[in-house]
Amino acid sequence: MSFFLAIALVVLAVLAIVGFGPTLLERMRPLIPRRAVQERIPAYDPGRERRAESRARELLRSVVSADEYAMYLELGFIAVDGAEGSGGYGYLLYPHRPILAFDTRTGELLSEYCVGFPDRSEPAASQRLPDADDILAKWMSLRAGERELISVANMHVPGRQVDPGQAGRDLIRLREWRARRVAAAA
Amino acid sequence: MKLVRMKSGHGDVLLAEGDPAVSEDEERLIAEFRRQLDLGMWAAVPTADGTRREATLVRDFADVPRDAERVVFFPPAAGG
Repeated sequence: MSFFLAIALVVLAVLAIVGFGPTLLERMRPLIPRRAVQERIPAYDPGRERRAESRARELLRSVVSADEYAMYLELGFIAVDGAEGSGGYGYLLYPHRPILAFDTRTGELLSEYCVGFPDRSEPAASQRLPDADDILAKWMSLRAGERELISVANMHVPGRQVDPGQAGRDLIRLREWRARRVAAAA
Repeated sequence: MKLVRMKSGHGDVLLAEGDPAVSEDEERLIAEFRRQLDLGMWAAVPTADGTRREATLVRDFADVPRDAERVVFFPPAAGG
């Protein structure tokens, strides 16, 4: 008799878990502590990001030339010459996008170098440097050790991440922008 | 001389400041420099020659010019 009673209780318990388990779990979810890592990640704060970008721009302004800083503010990227000077190839540096190599004489796009500067001292979701810091990190790395930086980057043919049409228009904007600067200085 | 570091969500942060000609300051600067390199950071010294701007990557505090205004630390490059 007690055997059948025990069986009945087990069956009732299983039915209760199947029937009410999901609802109970959902109600208890807020009481379950989240993982410590998730709690350490600060929520996205547009104000903080804007202040960070403002500070990063000040650092960029104090390091690069006045022309390059104005280029970043007005065009959104910085163009730098390659190791062979202005007669060979150059790079377009965009924030958080691949470095784009181009022929300075023809404007032909040569290759994309995918490289980033993730701040691994921060949680995964917060490793992104401000835009101006990212572009300055690329600028300093290229100026100080072009070969080292290019050897670290993943090289691809143009068009993998940066739209070649957009890059072509950026090169035209750059040429016009430089012409305006020369005209204004004359 | 100032040691500054790029930091996500902050912009640059001042780590240490001092005159390398003063031994106490120099020790503090060297300690912070080594700490940043131990964390895996790259260190660059921006330089100016007239209007031309350059930067040099340094791996030892002895390689930092004594008259450098700043050393900028930033996360190392990684293939994206």
